Amino acid sequence: MLDLIEFGLFITLLIVGFFAGTIVEKRHYASIRKREREYADVLTFAMRFPPDRVTPQRAFLVHGTVVISSDYFKTFVAGLRNLFGGRLRTYETLMERARREALLRLKHDARRQGAKLVICVRFETTTISTGWAASIEVFAFGTALIPERNSETNAALAFGARSATPA
Amino acid sequence: MLVTNLELVPGRRIVSHYGIVQGSTVRAKHVGKDIFAGLKNIVGGELKGYTELMQEARQEAVERMIAEAQSMGANAILNVRFATTSIAAGAAEILAYGSAVQLDGS
Repeated sequence: MLDLIEFGLFITLLIVGFFAGTIVEKRHYASIRKREREYADVLTFAMRFPPDRVTPQRAFLVHGTVVISSDYFKTFVAGLRNLFGGRLRTYETLMERARREALLRLKHDARRQGAKLVICVRFETTTISTGWAASIEVFAFGTALIPERNSETNAALAFGARSATPA
Repeated sequence: MLVTNLELVPGRRIVSHYGIVQGSTVRAKHVGKDIFAGLKNIVGGELKGYTELMQEARQEAVERMIAEAQSMGANAILNVRFATTSIAAGAAEILAYGSAVQLDGS
């Protein structure tokens, strides 16, 4: 009897996890795609040095972080997959969502402070044990650059284009 | 205090180096949030409580790092890195470190 209840609970959780998880994931992807279009004007690069090393620019750290949890169904499927090996598609989407979300939050942070360029973007991933299921944290950080107000004249001077500016 | 993960700041020269500075913190969330997270593990999705926890912790670590740099007389921290270690269920250590330097100009 007790086994039957336990089995019933397991099946229920599996079904709830599958449907709720699918809905949550679909909504999240829709939101990600929408915001990615919104923040398309904030450029992010992984390169270590700014494209223009001469012009004085205001530099500051921006970041975005998200902790995201797997659902019961994903965790179960991943457990099964572990027996045979191979791609864990359910976790792949989880990681992808987390990375894109973290990057979006980084872009949000940059735009909030008036920057349109973020370089040296780095990702950090941590697994957080929250009970029995996998939760992951993705932290994205980088340096936002804003050209100083008099940057145009500075750049012109730096490149020897003195004649270009009217005397 | 200028904080960046670049190795140089465009248009600014490094006048002097003060060496490595760091700040760290260990955080845990109260049981209520943990139980809520346990429920969230069934349906999936973002664990806002934990996102907040990590954010606050990083803020704290960065602030401590800045305080150390200030006590040395630096005006910038370059090449900032972060490291995270989960110590136990729901507890994490967050470390921020970088190089304290003196940059010329304002």
